[in-house]
Amino acid sequence: MSNEATHGHPEVVTTHEAHHDEHHVHHHKETFITKYVFSQDHKMIARQFLITGMAWAIIGGLMSVLFRLQLGYPDQSFPFLEDILGRWAKDGKITAESYYALVTMHGTVLVFFVLTGGLSGTFANFLIPLQIGARDMASPFLNMLSYWFFFIASVIMFSSLFVQTGPFSGGWTAYPPLSALGEASPGSKVGMDLWITSMALFVVSSLLGGLNYIATILNMRTKGMSMTRMPLTIWALFFTAVLGVLSFPVLLSGFILLLFDRHAGTSFYLDSIYIGSAALPNEGGSAILYQHLFWFLGHPEVYIIILPAMGIVSEVMSVNARKPIFGYMAMVGSLFAIAILAFLVWAHHMFVTGMNPFLGSVFVLLTLLIAIPSAIKVFNWLTTIWRGNIRFTPGMMFSLGFVSLFISGGLTGIFLGNSALDIALHDTYFVIAHFHIVMGVAGFFGMFAGIYHWFPKMFGRFLNNTMAYIHFWVTLIGSYLIFWPMHYEGLAGMPRRYLDYTNWLSFNQFDGLNKFISTVAMVVFAVQLMFIFNFFYSIFKGRRVTVKNPWGSSTLEWTTPIVAGHGNWPGEIPEVHRWAYDYSKDGREYISQTEPVTPDEKPH
Amino acid sequence: MANAVSANQKWWSGGRSPFNVEYGKLMMWYFLMSDAFTFGAFLISYGSIRFATNAWPDPNHVFSSFPFMGHTHLPLVFVSLMTFILIMSSVTMVLAVGAGHMKDRKGVIKWMLWTILGGIAFLSCQAWEWTHLYHQGAWWGSNPFLNYDNTQSTTNFTNFFFTITGFHGFHVFSGVVINIIMLIMAINGTFDRRGHYLMIEKAGLYWHFVDLVWVFVFTCFYLF
Repeated sequence: MSNEATHGHPEVVTTHEAHHDEHHVHHHKETFITKYVFSQDHKMIARQFLITGMAWAIIGGLMSVLFRLQLGYPDQSFPFLEDILGRWAKDGKITAESYYALVTMHGTVLVFFVLTGGLSGTFANFLIPLQIGARDMASPFLNMLSYWFFFIASVIMFSSLFVQTGPFSGGWTAYPPLSALGEASPGSKVGMDLWITSMALFVVSSLLGGLNYIATILNMRTKGMSMTRMPLTIWALFFTAVLGVLSFPVLLSGFILLLFDRHAGTSFYLDSIYIGSAALPNEGGSAILYQHLFWFLGHPEVYIIILPAMGIVSEVMSVNARKPIFGYMAMVGSLFAIAILAFLVWAHHMFVTGMNPFLGSVFVLLTLLIAIPSAIKVFNWLTTIWRGNIRFTPGMMFSLGFVSLFISGGLTGIFLGNSALDIALHDTYFVIAHFHIVMGVAGFFGMFAGIYHWFPKMFGRFLNNTMAYIHFWVTLIGSYLIFWPMHYEGLAGMPRRYLDYTNWLSFNQFDGLNKFISTVAMVVFAVQLMFIFNFFYSIFKGRRVTVKNPWGSSTLEWTTPIVAGHGNWPGEIPEVHRWAYDYSKDGREYISQTEPVTPDEKPH
Repeated sequence: MANAVSANQKWWSGGRSPFNVEYGKLMMWYFLMSDAFTFGAFLISYGSIRFATNAWPDPNHVFSSFPFMGHTHLPLVFVSLMTFILIMSSVTMVLAVGAGHMKDRKGVIKWMLWTILGGIAFLSCQAWEWTHLYHQGAWWGSNPFLNYDNTQSTTNFTNFFFTITGFHGFHVFSGVVINIIMLIMAINGTFDRRGHYLMIEKAGLYWHFVDLVWVFVFTCFYLF
């Protein structure tokens, strides 16, 4: 190419072979530190992300159990709460401050540390090199840094739980003035400084990871792995990375302005405020500005959560239905459409903030447009399993559960996307029900599907199936029992973010329902603990994987040895000759991507 | 179908980079895109606050001093000099990258040196400007300047000025550090051993980006 001539570097190193040599040289002298701690192997980094994410999921989930205790049993006291939380649960009752702190940290932890760090971090790291046929990520070193920035962010966020004035308590969205003024609430003091520091490090981690994922997918595909031969997991992770790389920096800008408002006497977000009886001098700022900056990340963020889940579900579903994914290009196209629309709908979170209603109408239109690619995806999943030879593996069950949840939660999104309805519903339990089903639980189901499906590849053993099925059914039914009634509470006008509803006749009627929801929440949480047990038990004692390709899958990760070393393939990297979804073709159950196309084969 | 490989397919069908660049350059481009969003967010925030405010100080009045000239009235002369220095450092960076293509180590060292000097000169100018403004009473949270119509101004003029030019200055500083590392690597002959000067190119991309951002920052704060 002329390109090479003008730039004078004909030997552009793009393939994995260069990496191959690099990694294999020091392969033999791995110590405990380089293998398990500061590992540069993408598979180990994925496991680090997964286990850190699981620890966070337990912490975040436990927080929800604690505040559900308050919501279900507002008139009872639980002495053991005082044992755990001390003065934050004086006389066994959660105080208002600790309630808001718990809710805030629950949101922050689950949205960012579990469903972003834990989900993307795990599966992007694990699947990208394995499924595109690369020895490792483009830059294994930056990849390692990505995890350790995530780890430091985790440590700082965790430490904020133990400071005297408590963690930040102004909601996971950290709106000013609560987040900007230390005097506004106990949690707005040092807890907020730790929160913002932790989140800034999280942004760095996400950026390092995202750049790596993009560069790896574009540059490191093995011979024959054209973009349209990639499994949908990779497409989904690609768009997720692009969303993260383009939206997190805007959040960072917002945080920098917030830090100046906190500590340098600026008024970016502050204007004419009273604290107690003292008027603050700040003038000329706008709290809405922060909300725009926040939601410019905040909305893509929900797709950062759901796209990897969609990708995992597409792959697991096709493998276990023994059918090619229906409408591959439509799936890619709808992922792309969602990624574009993700940047154009943020203000639908702000219909009730006093934003110009005419601006709101534009965002209503763009928001409702998302229903189109979402519906395309749902119909494609349904047509994928249509007349499939379905194997109900735990991964498949969670994938089916994902589709169910995505439909249920997505339909209420159409309600909330309309500003006229949203103004009535926005501050009620309806919103809680909507986003927990469509993003929270559905995101988790995608993650569980991925864990059950790729656990054999990660650890060389299977998870216990009995526990897996209990985990699935209790979680699915439990999630619906928790969040379905919340729609009714919301439609009845029950406001969210309240500590106690007993004083009002209008919401007294839900006392029994709230108790029920809290009880189910505890049961579901207990089952997650069982899953954690299953996970760690099976790492050491699970049934061993005895064949390379236990699911009969056509993708590349199953052509590696059962426990693959650093570099993934012992010999040459396999060449790819076909797309990832040749199932039930020409009378064969599956054809591996590495198998050359024979002349008499039908096109798919 | 399977064996008919068109020219188009060759680039994207795996086994090589579709853009014929190594991964580092690709990552740099994506990083710059993401950084563009950071600056974009800052500048849009600035614009939205400014247009929601009745009046604003006049930059011709605020930025009218020059070092060692006493109380002169030279509107925007000093910042023009700063801008000229930064743009010249981009020119020398281009020459360094060009020398890298020729594998001309001496040329790379010479032009990197000039680029670093340009960067340091720009940062020194910025330091002088900040110090000067500080002595006039301007800082985060305090704004001594009146609006162009002589009404009282909010502090957001200085708040945004120091935050955004500071963030840009931080980028220039990082660029100077990167360039110094590149210079040391070039002097040590690291790139000759590697057989290519791609690192210089990547540093160049970053440097030009920082330059380009300055053009926007300059326009938004000094010209409007």
